[in-house]
Amino acid sequence: MAVITPRQRAGWTTANFVVIALALIPVLWLLSLSFKTPAAVVDPSLWPAQWTWGNYSGILTSSQFLRPLLNSIGIGIISTVIAVVLASMAAYAIARLRVPGKSVLIGMALLIAMFPLIALVTPMFTIERALGLFNTWPGLIIPYVAFGLPLGIYTLSAFFREIPWELEKAAKMDGATPFQAFIQVIAPLATPGMVTTAILVFLACWNDFLLAISFTSTIDSRTAPAAMQYFSGGSVFTVPTGPIAAAAMVITIPIIIFVLFFQRRIVAGLTSGAVKG
Amino acid sequence: MSEIVLDHITKRYPDGALAVSDFNLAIKDGEFVILVGPSGCGKSTTLNMIAGLEDISDGELRIGGKVVNNAAPKDRDIAMVFQSYALYPHMTVRENMGFALKLAKAPKDVINAKVMEAAEILDLTQHLDRKPANLSGGQRQRVAMGRAIVRDPAAFLMDEPLSNLDAKLRVQMRTQVSRIQRRLGTTMVYVTHDQTEALTLGDRIAVMRSGLLQQVGSPQDLYERPINLFVAGFIGSPAMNFLSGTLEEGKLRTSLGDFPLSDQLRREAESVKAGRQVIVGIRPENFEDATLVSPDLRDKGITFRTTIDVVESLGSDVFVYFTRGRETGVTATELEELARDSGRSETGGSGDSVVARLDAASRVREGGEAELWADARALHVFDPSTGRNLSLSAADGPAAAQ
Repeated sequence: MAVITPRQRAGWTTANFVVIALALIPVLWLLSLSFKTPAAVVDPSLWPAQWTWGNYSGILTSSQFLRPLLNSIGIGIISTVIAVVLASMAAYAIARLRVPGKSVLIGMALLIAMFPLIALVTPMFTIERALGLFNTWPGLIIPYVAFGLPLGIYTLSAFFREIPWELEKAAKMDGATPFQAFIQVIAPLATPGMVTTAILVFLACWNDFLLAISFTSTIDSRTAPAAMQYFSGGSVFTVPTGPIAAAAMVITIPIIIFVLFFQRRIVAGLTSGAVKG
Repeated sequence: MSEIVLDHITKRYPDGALAVSDFNLAIKDGEFVILVGPSGCGKSTTLNMIAGLEDISDGELRIGGKVVNNAAPKDRDIAMVFQSYALYPHMTVRENMGFALKLAKAPKDVINAKVMEAAEILDLTQHLDRKPANLSGGQRQRVAMGRAIVRDPAAFLMDEPLSNLDAKLRVQMRTQVSRIQRRLGTTMVYVTHDQTEALTLGDRIAVMRSGLLQQVGSPQDLYERPINLFVAGFIGSPAMNFLSGTLEEGKLRTSLGDFPLSDQLRREAESVKAGRQVIVGIRPENFEDATLVSPDLRDKGITFRTTIDVVESLGSDVFVYFTRGRETGVTATELEELARDSGRSETGGSGDSVVARLDAASRVREGGEAELWADARALHVFDPSTGRNLSLSAADGPAAAQ
């Protein structure tokens, strides 16, 4: 490694600050908005002149937000579990087994990941209506699983590939069936990969707005990001800026906790397989 | 305890590549058999077929009299030690060793007793609750062996189990493997590319080359009576010297001088009319400093003068290197292959380079001239086109594969 001169250090520090500020200012702004009274929304100061918990207490007592929050959590967790289970099996097959049509499977997964979601919304809307899935939990879970799978398969197959082949041979010699080998030897070793995949898939579901707004019509299945769209102000003429900001903060907090907690895992997961450790 | 019979075993990959071809070997109960050969010769594939990790394309594999071609590895009652040890990183040593028994649903106290017993044999008792990551290479290797021992299988299969250890540890473990095999009396099939390991460990050695079994025999057999050029060049260290030569009426002409013919060679020479091109093999230890050879022994070989290029003194012996002009450019594909595999490609090309192992009492000097003696009784003569050892009579040669 080259020695870093003080000048370079200063330059890098400045650059880091600029990038962090760019990323954080909108969040800080949202945070300040969420504590402002409706009248103070237009106040340009980041520091609210008058602090209020009104926005939070408002949304957290309203079923218009609580029910969608529950939907978000439920749909997110179910989609994640299904996607990770299916993806780990598929990834295992891709990484390990000589399956006919393996390359087709990989190609399809990539195709799905690349497809512009917006182009799929209209046909899927029609399909969901016809099947009676519109405005139901499965109506969101199924597409979330479908779009979570490519991501999961790619991340997990990288992890599985890193597990030495001979471990499975050893398990086989020890008398394990392929399923036992997978459950008792391979899966425990791939746990970091599965956790990473689960987080990534959950974040994708949690953050989704497009499908949530398109395939739901009531709070029975509407998720939190979509529900915020339907907040109403004190009168027809007031924009519910405060409650929206508060709701945005509420749904951001779990993600921040998640990411801080699993930060190293996620980075490891995203880069693993890139270079041989 | 059971014998393993490989009956015309063939492995063909879907892309048509032939990894093992028509392999025949009967391994007796309790025998220690080594499969040895350069990398890519099919030895590991053969072992994997015995283990059940690879399908057998053709032929029959019998363990204890039962055909097991299609049996799953777990139904073959064999244990395997892998080159990378393949220990389960998330399990302790105890769990690693007991995993097979746990899968077989053995009672807990039985598992414990067997693990303790194996741990004692391998001196692992104080490491039982550690994870493989915290063990040294030698300890991991012992755990891998322990995992096999615990199961009390009909046979052990070992796939280059010592090649990840450093040289000193490898020698230690070699004796330990040998001791364990004697103590348990279990059939063992051991794969290695290291001919020294093969010679020191095995009851019988099977030499393979590009999917074909070359020769099976005791270490002494392979060393003294190699059936062809490949076995001759592969077994022994330093390797056998190969010189070009001509088989003529009553004598064998080489760059070292003319050797008298043995009866067997004389018969061979008669079968061809004109001079016949051959490759002459002579092991380094069949040379001696002529001044140290007793007169009556002198007649059993020939002497020649040569300039010594390099002298390496090992204390007990002296290795000397010298070059002799090549008379004719005889080449054999097997020799080229050997040179490639062992990485000692012929650098000079202008002559045959020869290594001789002399007594430590020898006074030869680097760059100096010396008179050396070569033992005519220990000569091997090979047919360059087929690689066959012409100096072996039919009765002399051990049962060969082909």
